[in-house]
Amino acid sequence: MAGHAQLADKFVANEERAQWHDKSLWFVRHKRDNISHSIPEWETLRETASQVKLHTVAHLAQYLEEFETNAKKLGVTVHWASNAAEHNEIVLSILQEHNVKRVVKSKSMLTEECHLNPHLEAAGMEVVDTDLGERIVQLRKEPPSHIVLPAIHIKKEEVGEVFHEHLGTEAGASDPGYLTEAARQHLRENFLAADAGITGVNFGIASTGGIVVCTNEGNADLGTALPNLHIACMGIEKLIPSPDHLSLYTRLLARSATGQPITTYTSHFHGPKPGGEMHIVLVDNGRSDILGSDDFRRSLSCIRCGACMNTCPVYRRSGGHSYQSTVPGPIGSILGPSQNAKEHSSLPFACSLCGSCTDVCPVKIDLHHQLLTWRKEIYVRGLLPFSKTFPMKVMSKVFQRPGLYAFGGKVARKALRLMPRWMIYNPLNGWGRQRDLPEAPKESFRDLYKKRKK
Amino acid sequence: MSSRDKILKSINRHLVPAAPLPDMDQAWIQFDNPTEQFLTMLSAVGGRGEVVANLQAVSAKLHEEPFYDDAKQICSLVPNLDISADKQVDLNAIEDPHDLADIDFAIVPGEFAVAENGAIWVTDAQVKHKALYFIAQHVVIVVHASDILHNMHEAYPRTGLNTEAFQQTPHFGVFISGPSKTADIEQSLVIGAHGARSLRVFLVEESFDRAQFK
Ligand code: SF4
Repeated sequence: MAGHAQLADKFVANEERAQWHDKSLWFVRHKRDNISHSIPEWETLRETASQVKLHTVAHLAQYLEEFETNAKKLGVTVHWASNAAEHNEIVLSILQEHNVKRVVKSKSMLTEECHLNPHLEAAGMEVVDTDLGERIVQLRKEPPSHIVLPAIHIKKEEVGEVFHEHLGTEAGASDPGYLTEAARQHLRENFLAADAGITGVNFGIASTGGIVVCTNEGNADLGTALPNLHIACMGIEKLIPSPDHLSLYTRLLARSATGQPITTYTSHFHGPKPGGEMHIVLVDNGRSDILGSDDFRRSLSCIRCGACMNTCPVYRRSGGHSYQSTVPGPIGSILGPSQNAKEHSSLPFACSLCGSCTDVCPVKIDLHHQLLTWRKEIYVRGLLPFSKTFPMKVMSKVFQRPGLYAFGGKVARKALRLMPRWMIYNPLNGWGRQRDLPEAPKESFRDLYKKRKK
Repeated sequence: MSSRDKILKSINRHLVPAAPLPDMDQAWIQFDNPTEQFLTMLSAVGGRGEVVANLQAVSAKLHEEPFYDDAKQICSLVPNLDISADKQVDLNAIEDPHDLADIDFAIVPGEFAVAENGAIWVTDAQVKHKALYFIAQHVVIVVHASDILHNMHEAYPRTGLNTEAFQQTPHFGVFISGPSKTADIEQSLVIGAHGARSLRVFLVEESFDRAQFK
């Protein structure tokens, strides 16, 4: 499988677009900075939120059982799924029992992770993603490129084209207001026609058995207030002990994600609507294994705000699709290898170790430390490609022989100054792509040091 | 072994270092004038709000609204609002929430408002179909002016989510902060995605009995 660098190559080939992408995300990061600075206790919030998550994960089994008991009291049917396949089977069988033909889904990274849509479609159901960004990528038959801004990589002219083809908007239209209005009409029809609504879960509350779903569009609400069947798919790490702890996360989530004070709709579902049915599917899919790792356990605290992506210089310039993982960017580069180290071995290297992700993370995940640890882990497991191991082996031999090192340095300094440009900047020199090497000094550091000491 | 037992067993297999639950009683943000802060935040998120003397004033203000008088179907849970009988929709007479698809205006009570983020807490306690909050083209929320809290840490205990009563009924509560919106097309903000196209909030000074709302 192509690694991150090869996939990113395609993205950066269109320089103008790569820069536009970079700027759009930086704008969001900037909004996040402004609003977080308006909260004097921001750091206290982060620290407290981080502690609550660590506590919950340390007592996860107990909280899951408490959650299950309380959810049942509210009249919810609780299911457990060890992996993606089981999750998909459970959801499908609930839908089939109710003779469901049309489903509206509100944004859920978990169902994306489990590839639920193709599974339901293969059984003859129509699944409509109702978050506008999700709907756009769904119509384009591609995965989201960001967890909060799924269509951040798409230009408005391209949205116009897709909508012209599928929703019959005017050809060439690109006005966001006009296109959103068309989507509104189209989606409202789907909400009214749906037999069931599927949502993700932002937070599950152990002490009440309720769940919280956050959206700006109100799609989770329309999708569950009309049909009688609501299925909520929830990763087991989404739990928090009690509603009082929600105050931390509802304050942090939207501010970190898009620079808003809170999402427009922060909905608390406690049981089915009158006359309806509600199911919650608790999904493991590798999470309990991460829990066992001292190095990576903290990645389970993630509240999926996307702030680490918006700030990441590599993500902004390489696009979400280059990660080939449901969750891209810094946190995705930790979660991806946790699920399949071989398949995602290149992701921890898609990182400049600048530490910006760690600085913005609302729950204080030590992202760049974990990424560094993953690099070591990938080497230890023998998953590094030849292009990385071979030069390392050569350099290790050189470093063991000071004479050879000094000689090599001398040759290189001469050569870099004297060789014609094409001999230095060629495909063999990855570092020379997109940047000039600094001019080689006449003397080595060692020579200078000797001289000074005299 | 069932998946439930498998998952719980897999979790319990690992010895995770204990981490204490932190104290939630900390110095959270306070405002000199929470009403003003609330109104500022509400307008920042695309809503409109104002303080009015009493419920009668709400009625008068609504008549100044162009789409209020144009509205064909209004569903008001606030009493005495001078709505012509042919427009008023009785929520309790409706069996299927799909029948609310053409509601132009919903006028509903809110329990309290939060200054730090312009959010208002509403529930399905006295509202037969919660769909009303999301399907109406325009939403008006009426809140008591003295029910403005500083921050979310004060808000959650007020929701009563942890109480026995909430777990009996109602089953649903939502913080609404502004009208429905999206910025999914090239990050340009568009108001009125799927839910309400506008949100107007009245902070009513004169005390009123919330039980009046049906
Ligand atoms: S790792 Fe932190 S910053 Fe990144 S999405 Fe998760 S919570 Fe947000």
